[in-house]
Amino acid sequence: MFLAGSLGAAAACGRKPAPAPGYRFLTQAEVETLGAWVDTLIPPDEDPGARDAGVVRYIDIQLTRWFRRHQQDYRDALAALDRWARSRTGYGFARAPAGEREEMLRLMEQGKADAAWFPGGGKQAFELVLAHAMQGFYGNPRHGGNAGYASWKMIGVPPMPVRGREHYLAAKTFPERS
Amino acid sequence: MPLPKVDAVVIGAGAGGPIVAKELAAAGWRVVLLEKGRWHTPADCRKDDLRNQRNATLGYPFGPEEEGNPRVFVDLDGRERIVKPSEPGYNNNAFCVGGGTLSYGAMAWRYHPDDFRMRSTYAAKIPRAFENSTLDDWPISYDDLEPYYEKAEWEIGVSGDVSGDPFKGPRRRPLPMPPLPPTREHEILEKGARRLGLHPFSIPMLRNSVPYNGRPACMRCRWCVGFACEVDAKNGTQNTVIPTALATGNLELRTECSAREILLDEKGNAAGVAYFDRDGRLWEQPARYVVVSCGAIESARLLLNSRSRLYPAGLGNRFDWVGRNLQGHTYTGANGLFEEIVYDDLGPGASIAVCDWVHGNPGLAGGAMLANEFIRLPYQFVSGIRAPDVPRWGRAHKEFVRHAYRRIIPVQGPTQEIPVFDSRVTLDPRVRDKFGIPVARISGYRHPHTIEVSESMAGRAAEWLRASGAVNVWLRRAGRGVSGGQHQAGTCRMGADPKTSVVDPWCRVHDTDNVYVVDASVHVTNGAYNPVLTIMAIAYRAGERLAREGRRA
Repeated sequence: MFLAGSLGAAAACGRKPAPAPGYRFLTQAEVETLGAWVDTLIPPDEDPGARDAGVVRYIDIQLTRWFRRHQQDYRDALAALDRWARSRTGYGFARAPAGEREEMLRLMEQGKADAAWFPGGGKQAFELVLAHAMQGFYGNPRHGGNAGYASWKMIGVPPMPVRGREHYLAAKTFPERS
Repeated sequence: MPLPKVDAVVIGAGAGGPIVAKELAAAGWRVVLLEKGRWHTPADCRKDDLRNQRNATLGYPFGPEEEGNPRVFVDLDGRERIVKPSEPGYNNNAFCVGGGTLSYGAMAWRYHPDDFRMRSTYAAKIPRAFENSTLDDWPISYDDLEPYYEKAEWEIGVSGDVSGDPFKGPRRRPLPMPPLPPTREHEILEKGARRLGLHPFSIPMLRNSVPYNGRPACMRCRWCVGFACEVDAKNGTQNTVIPTALATGNLELRTECSAREILLDEKGNAAGVAYFDRDGRLWEQPARYVVVSCGAIESARLLLNSRSRLYPAGLGNRFDWVGRNLQGHTYTGANGLFEEIVYDDLGPGASIAVCDWVHGNPGLAGGAMLANEFIRLPYQFVSGIRAPDVPRWGRAHKEFVRHAYRRIIPVQGPTQEIPVFDSRVTLDPRVRDKFGIPVARISGYRHPHTIEVSESMAGRAAEWLRASGAVNVWLRRAGRGVSGGQHQAGTCRMGADPKTSVVDPWCRVHDTDNVYVVDASVHVTNGAYNPVLTIMAIAYRAGERLAREGRRA
C-alpha cells in the first residue's frame, strides 16, 4: 500500500507523474512493465518482438491522442500487474521469468487474475493491451510502432510504393531500395 | 437566412445524388449540392492501415468526425448505447464528397434479374423466407435499369470481363475497359472453380485498368478498399460526374453543410432545405425540387426530422414505412490455408468471382456472389484471420502470422438479406448531434433465413477453396444483429402502393410533388452483390426523367 501511496498522492494533488525521457505519458516504471507485457504477447525470435518494434512508443503516443480515454486504465493495469508479479515471484513483472509472465497473462485472458490486484479478473485490461500491441506491431509505422517495418519484413510484404509523399519515407527506411 | 431560389437542391454527394445533380445541371438547371463532409483529393491519400474507412482503429479519415455525430444503437437484447462513428453499431459508410465511392473497393455489379423479383421467384418455393419478413418484388425490373447500368459503366468507368458469367442479365454493350491482369490468387481459384464445374470470371470494378476519362490506370498497390486512390484510378462520383457538373457552370457544391430539415409548404410540398454551414450558421435554400441522397440511415433520419402539420410523423411517413427494412449484406465465407505462397502483393486483391450460387440454391431464397477478398493489410489479417487451433498471442501466434500471411486466401460474398419490418432507423428521443438535430437510432435483427442462406454460402466458399488446393479451411460466419454499414439500404422502399412504400418507381416521395430520394434507401431488396452500380443506375434513371419532365423554378 505504501507503493500505491505515492501515486495516489500525486493524483490527489492533480499532478501527473513525470513521463519517462522521450515519452509523453508513461513513466519509466510503466515503460518497463508495458515493454515486458507486449513482449510476452509478441516475443522476439528471429524477428524483433513488440518492444523492439516500438509498440510501447505507439501506445504512449496514442495515450495522449486517440486512446486518451484509456490513460487511467493503463495506469491502473500496469501498477496492478507489477504488484501481482511481486506477490507471486518476488520480482516486478519486467523481471519475472518468462514462464511466469505468460502464465499471468493467460490467467488475465481467462478473467482469472488475482482479485486482490484485478478485482474484475483482468480480462478487460488484457484485451485492451492485446489489441493495442497488435496494432502497434502490425500497423503502419507512421504511428510510432512497427519500427523499421519489422512486421512487414517478417511476413514478407514490401514497403510502401515509391510514389508521391511516400517516396521520402520509403527512401529513409529502405535506403537499399531507392 | 433565405438564399436565391434554385431549380433543385441535392442533399448528399455520395453515389446517387451527384449523378442526379449532373443530369440536371447538364440540362441547364441551376443546382445546389450540399455535402456534410469535405472534398478530399488524391493528395490526401494516406496509406494508413489503422485509419481508413475499413479500419477506424484511429478514426475515420473520410468522415464523420468522431465528436458531435453520435447515433444510438440498440442490440439484440434491447440494450441501447450512444455510439461514436468508430464504435461498433454505428454502421458508418462515409461523409465526404464522393461518399463511399471515394474509398470503396469499387465492385461494379449489376443485380441479377431475379434480385428484382424475389417474391415471384420464391413465394411458392420457400415460404419460410416470407414469415415475418417484407420480402417483395421491386416495382421496376432489370430491363428497366439495363440502359442506366450501361450508362454508369461507361460514364463512371468500369473494367472487368463478365462474358464468362452465364447467370448475368442480358446486356447490350461490353464493359469499357478490360480487367487487370490476374493475380496468383485468381489463377489458383480459377483452376479450383473449373474443377467444380463453376463459371469464374473477372470482377467488374469501377477502377481504371487502362487510362480512361483523362486519369491513369491502377498502380496495383495494396491500400485500396478503405482508401482514396493515390493516382486517382478509382472511379467515384468525386472524380467523374461532380467535376462534369461543375464544368457546366450550373452546379454549386457546398461542402461541410449539414441539412437540418426539408422545409415544407402548406400543401405538403418541399419549399427548400434548412442547413447549417461549417460555422454553425443556419441557412435556408429555397428550391423547386429537393433530392435526398444521404444513404439509408441519414436519408431516413432527414425525412423523419422534416415535420409539418400534414406530416406529424415525418415526411413520407404517413404509413410508418420511413426507416423500415434497414438491411445491408450478410458477409460469410471461408479462409483457406495453402502450402505454397499465394500472395503476390498485387492490388486491389479482389479479382475473381462466381455467380453460380446467386440463385437456384435448393431450399433457399437467394444466395450470394462469391469472390476472393481485397488484400488483407497485416493488422486486418491479424485482427480478422486466425486458424481455429492457433492461440491469440505468444510465440505460436507470431509463427502463424509469419507462415500464413502469404498462404491464405479468403473467399466471401454478400448474402442477399431477407428484409425485416422491425429492423429500422428511428429518431432517438433524447440524443442530438452538435447542431441539436435528433440522431438516428438503429435497432432490429437479421431474418433467420438470411442466416441460413449465409451459412450455406460459407460452405460453398469452403468447397471452392478445397477444390483449389487449400490444405486447411475454416468458415467465417455471421452474427444475428441488424445489418447496415457500407451497404445500408431499404429504409425508403420503392413501390407502387403508397401504403406499403415511401417512393414511387421514379424515386418521388409518394406524398409530394417535388421530393425525391435517390440512394440505396429505395432498394426493396439489396441483391446478392455490392450495391453501388445499382444506386448509380437508379440515379441516372431518376435524374434523366426529372430533367426531361420536371418544371424548373
